[in-house]
Amino acid sequence: MSRSRSRNLRHVRVFAGVGVAALAAALAACSSSPATTAAAGASAAAKPSGTLVVFAATSLTDAFNKIATQFEAANPGVTVKFNYNGSSTLATQITQGAPADVFASASPTNMATVTDQSLTSTTPKIFTRNTGEIMVEAGNPSHVKSVGDLANPSLKVVVCAPSVPCGKLATTIFKNAGVTVKPVSQEQNVGGVVTKVSLGEADAGIVYVTDVKANGSKTVGVPIPANQNAITDYPIAEIKQAPNATAAAAFISYVLGPQGQQVLKSFGFMPPGSS
Amino acid sequence: MAKVKLPFNPVLALLAALAALFFIFPLIGLIAGAPWGHVASVITSKTAVQALELSIIASLSSTAIAIVFGFPLAWLLARGRFPGKGVLRGLTTLPMVLPPVVGGIALLLAYGRKGFIGKPLESATGITLPFTLLGVIVAESFVAMPFFVITVESGLRSMNRRLEDAARSLGAGRRTVFTRVTLPLIWPSLAAGTVLTWARALGEFGATITFAGNLPGVTQTMPLAIYISQSSNMTDEAIALSLILVLVSLVVMIFRRDRSGAG
Repeated sequence: MSRSRSRNLRHVRVFAGVGVAALAAALAACSSSPATTAAAGASAAAKPSGTLVVFAATSLTDAFNKIATQFEAANPGVTVKFNYNGSSTLATQITQGAPADVFASASPTNMATVTDQSLTSTTPKIFTRNTGEIMVEAGNPSHVKSVGDLANPSLKVVVCAPSVPCGKLATTIFKNAGVTVKPVSQEQNVGGVVTKVSLGEADAGIVYVTDVKANGSKTVGVPIPANQNAITDYPIAEIKQAPNATAAAAFISYVLGPQGQQVLKSFGFMPPGSS
Repeated sequence: MAKVKLPFNPVLALLAALAALFFIFPLIGLIAGAPWGHVASVITSKTAVQALELSIIASLSSTAIAIVFGFPLAWLLARGRFPGKGVLRGLTTLPMVLPPVVGGIALLLAYGRKGFIGKPLESATGITLPFTLLGVIVAESFVAMPFFVITVESGLRSMNRRLEDAARSLGAGRRTVFTRVTLPLIWPSLAAGTVLTWARALGEFGATITFAGNLPGVTQTMPLAIYISQSSNMTDEAIALSLILVLVSLVVMIFRRDRSGAG
C-alpha cells in the first residue's frame, strides 16, 4: 500500500505541479545560462557543468533518479533536475517552449511530436525498451494464468485508455491473443492501473514489466508470451534550444553507455537491441 | 454614470484590472487556440455527448446530496453546542484542501471493494461503488459538499437571529419560523452554496478517476474525457471539449451573480 500511495502522490504532484515544474525548469535554465555561455566561449570539449534539465516519462522515474545520482558523481559540478510526466504532456510542454535540455519519451509517437517541429538538435536514439505484463494482486487470488483468462466477464480488468501508450500496448496484446476484454476502466496513465490492482479494486491490469518490478510485494506479474506481447521503444534526444547543451550530450551518452544501461536493466527495462 | 460619487483610486483600479486580465487571458487563449474547423464534429461526437450527459447527471445528483445531507450538517455546525465542533468542521471541510487524487484513494480505502465500509456493503447489498455512476456521484459529493456546508454555515452564523426570536414571540411555530424567517434570510447563502457545489462537482477530475475509474458511457465525465484526450496527443479535442464546460459554467456563474443581486 505504501508503494502505491507514494506512486500516487507522485501523480498528485504531477497533476498539480506542471506549472511549478515549468517554473522550476525556467529557474534552472536561468541559473544554468552563465555556465552555458562560459562553455560556448571556451573549447568545444568543455567539461559539463551547471544545471541539466531532463524531461522524462514517468515510467523512468526510479531508473533515471539513480542514473542521475551516478552521473552527478561522475561529473562534479553538474546538477540534474527532472520534470517527470506523461510523455505527451512533456511533448506539449516542449513544443510550447519549456526550457528542457533532454527529452526521454516512453514512445516514439510523442518524440515525433517534438521532432516534427524540428525541436531536437540530435536524432532521437532508442535507449531502452519496455514490454507488457499482466498485474494481479499478490497470491493471484483470481488465478489469472494467461491473457485469455482476462476475457472472463466476472473479472474486473483495468487498462490504460486506448489512445495513451500503455493503452495501445493493451490493445495490441488483446489483439495478438485473439481475445475480447471488456475493461471496467480505461485509466489515464499506468499509475491508475497499478493503484486499482494494488488496492484490490481490479482483479487484473495490463502494465509494463517495469511497473510490476517497481510496485513491490503487493502485486505480482503474470508474464505474457512473446508472440502475444508488444514492445515499446523509448527514444532520447537533446533539445535544440537546450540551455545546457554540453551536459545534455554527456547525459545522453551516459544513459546509452554501460552504466546507464546497467541501471535500466536493474529496473526491468530491456536493452534497445534485444527482442 | 455612478450615482454615488466614488473617489477614483488608480492603484486599486490597476490591481483590479490586472486581476481581471489574469483570468481573461487564458480564456482568450482557449478560444483563440480552439480548432474551430472541427469543434462541431468534436462536440457532437458520441464521446462528448455521453460525457456531458454523465457530467450533468452526476453533478446535479451530488448537488442534491449536498443539499439534503449538507444542510443539517451546516445547521449543526452553526447552531449546535457540543465538544469537538471545531474538529468536526475541520474534518468535513478537509476535502477542500486535500488533493483530489488523495481523496480518491481515501474513498477507495473506505468505500472500495476492499474498503472497511465497501466490503460489508458489498456482502450485504451486492453494491460496489468503484467503476459505477454511483461511484462518480460519491466522489463528486465528497469533493463538492464542503462548499455547500461552509457557505450555508456562514450564512446561518451571520443572519440576525433576533428576527427568529421575534417571530417566535409573536406565536410562530418552529416550522413557520424556519420557512418564513430563517430560509428567506439565508437564501443568498443557500443559492451561492448550491452553485459553488455544482460547479465544483462539474469540474471534478482527480477523485473521480481515482475512485470511479474512466469508462466512456459509464464513468467518463467531461473533465475525464478532456484529460484523456490531452494525454493522448489530442490537444485539439481537449480544447474543443473544454469549451463546452467553460460555456456551461460561465452561464451559471454569471446567472448566479445577477440573481443574488451581488453583481
